Amino acid sequence: MKKFLSLVLAGCMALSLAACGSSSSSTANSTSTVDGSASTGTGTTAAIKIGGIGPLTGTAATYGQAVRNGAEIAIAEINAKGGMQYEFEFQDDEGDAEKAVNAYNNLKDWGMQALMGTVTSTPCIAVAADAVEDNMFLLTPSGSAEDCIANPNAFRMCFSDPEQGELSAEYIAENGLATKIAIIYDSSDVYSTGIHDAFVTKAAEVGLEVVCDEQFTSDSNKDFSAQVSKAQSSGAELLFLPIYYNEASLILTRMDAVGYDPIVFGCDGMDGLVTVENFDTSLAEGVMLMTPFTAAATDDMTVAFVTAYEEAYGEAPNQFAADAYDAIYAIDAAITAAGVTADMDYSAICDALMTSMTEIELDGLTGKAITWDASGAPTKTPAVYVIENGIYVAA
Amino acid sequence: MNLKNLGRTARRNLVTYSMVIAAYIIIQVLAAMDLLSNSLSGQLIPICAYVIMAVSLNLTVGVLGELSLGHAGFMSVGAFSSAFFSVAVGDALPTPVTLVLAFAIGMIAAGVFGVLIGIPVLRLQGDYLAIVTLAFGEIIKNLLNAFYIGVDSTGFHVSMKDATALKMDETGRIIIKGAQGITGVNRMSTFTIGFVLVVLTLIIVLNLIKSRTGRAIMSIRDNRIAAESVGINVTKYKLIAFTVSAALAGLAGSLYAHSLATVVAKKFDYNTSILILVFVVVGGMGNIRGSVIAAAVLTVLPELLRSFADYRMLVYAIVLILMMLFKQSPQIKNFCRGIGERLRLGSLFHRRKAENSSSGKEG
Repeated sequence: MKKFLSLVLAGCMALSLAACGSSSSSTANSTSTVDGSASTGTGTTAAIKIGGIGPLTGTAATYGQAVRNGAEIAIAEINAKGGMQYEFEFQDDEGDAEKAVNAYNNLKDWGMQALMGTVTSTPCIAVAADAVEDNMFLLTPSGSAEDCIANPNAFRMCFSDPEQGELSAEYIAENGLATKIAIIYDSSDVYSTGIHDAFVTKAAEVGLEVVCDEQFTSDSNKDFSAQVSKAQSSGAELLFLPIYYNEASLILTRMDAVGYDPIVFGCDGMDGLVTVENFDTSLAEGVMLMTPFTAAATDDMTVAFVTAYEEAYGEAPNQFAADAYDAIYAIDAAITAAGVTADMDYSAICDALMTSMTEIELDGLTGKAITWDASGAPTKTPAVYVIENGIYVAA
Repeated sequence: MNLKNLGRTARRNLVTYSMVIAAYIIIQVLAAMDLLSNSLSGQLIPICAYVIMAVSLNLTVGVLGELSLGHAGFMSVGAFSSAFFSVAVGDALPTPVTLVLAFAIGMIAAGVFGVLIGIPVLRLQGDYLAIVTLAFGEIIKNLLNAFYIGVDSTGFHVSMKDATALKMDETGRIIIKGAQGITGVNRMSTFTIGFVLVVLTLIIVLNLIKSRTGRAIMSIRDNRIAAESVGINVTKYKLIAFTVSAALAGLAGSLYAHSLATVVAKKFDYNTSILILVFVVVGGMGNIRGSVIAAAVLTVLPELLRSFADYRMLVYAIVLILMMLFKQSPQIKNFCRGIGERLRLGSLFHRRKAENSSSGKEG
């Protein structure tokens, strides 16, 4: 019996080693699955290989999966049109810089010609350092830290964190929502501190007064009674929450308990608030959030995307999926404009795309008439929504 | 030099050194012939860093016999202090000088932390010590997460609140940015530097084990009371092992930090500490060569498993379990021993056989 067991185990091990040892056959496999799901059009013309990197496992897995799904939908749509054909391969980085560089090198072995990634900021900065050495074109859908696009070959699809903070402060001042502001933010989170720092600086310029500036960390994000009561006693008319929706739901619950009812203003991290489980969604009524994309929008493009996404993956897309979808279309537009062909190597493609990215104009899910300048940052107008009866209404 | 005249330990150490050097030469030849995939060549420096981590942790866990769950904390101290130095210096010094100084600073800083943490912690034993090291690892991570340090014309500015609280003038640049860590690190590390550091680590650790100090440390592991009764200063030797281990972890951290463009405290969390411990356990407690092999294999393995896509980490876990089962299986042990003996030559074979039958322990 024991002998049999060890034989079986040995067999398993040999199989798994054999499967991972032959990297050439494995890439062929993954390519064909992508072909099967993505390209429904003419398969005869050579395809340009676009790589994607993001967290498919770990704490940030939802973002990576959304980006992969969004990008796959865009690739399938573009391939179905029958023009330029693309192959797409997405690799896991676990939200870690070292693994992201590994994933990048792995994609290079696969033959990647342009990179749509990475999803989160820290890995993106690490990969960008390799990409600029190789001269590989990089368009990050959602790496919002400033350093992600420090190099000339790197472009970004989403707003940067500081931009969101500045735009929020400007919007609040221009529309006269309030003059006394309270802020609660996550000091252990890059996204949250990025928005917070820029907001505070901009607020002083546009005449807003920050009367209460409270923080929490990812280790203390369950009880917000101290922060809420400080915000309440400071007499702030508007509470700015540059944080993710989970913590926001707890803050709103606490505010309801102590009867504090200022205007609540959030950024794109708040998208998802009405879907939080065990959260009284009536508390979200009147919450304002500035986000470039919402699945509740009713324009044709969003409706088509949301329908396709729900059909394929059984859930509503979030902003990351929309960013990835737009990013693929942006790469396609730049490739078409530059006349790039599949037989060019990645360095030549990068040179061509660096110029053409600044010349294209994209009507996407996350904004109309999006343009890029040489810095790699997009120019688009953010939209502000108010939650009314559980759905987003343009403010 | 006659192999027969060398002691058993020396012979074993020689095999370890030759194995590492051979691996280096093979990789260099493959690289020269352009046969190395991008994927593997990108992993070489992390592999060196993890090998150093595993060997240094083995000093605490295998040789000293105390379970440490916060080893990544020392790695982060080394990574942050050395990266801070090299970023602050910038181009002011020639690269090799910056490199040597940065690595020395990383090593010393982690060593100092090792002493500071070791003094209270090493009074504890067993599970208590393990839990306290775990806590210290987390404390280091959270402290680094909260620090903002910038430099401008008036000098350094430190804050624990946020970047604007640094109040720097217009020449200021932020070096450590809280949770965002350090960005723009000069990627000076190369595989050759990593290899040199691995050999250096092996020399330090293997010689320490072989020395009088090493025997004292092992005697504490084997029987603390007996060691004390023959006049061994338990606290002193524990502290020596712990500090050397921490300093080497700092060295690994320096190497690691200079291989990526960015260092964040989040990377050096509990999971990384456990990962290093897994290397040590799979390689065998107290078995330095095993740590080297295990660290290298288990770092490459997740990358080789990329073809499994979504099931990658699941397969990784299964392979890990199988490895442990196989390592423990008596049949496999006998099988390996049989092969080893068949490969051995003439007189060496006889001598080894005699040793085996007398000690009954495989090294």
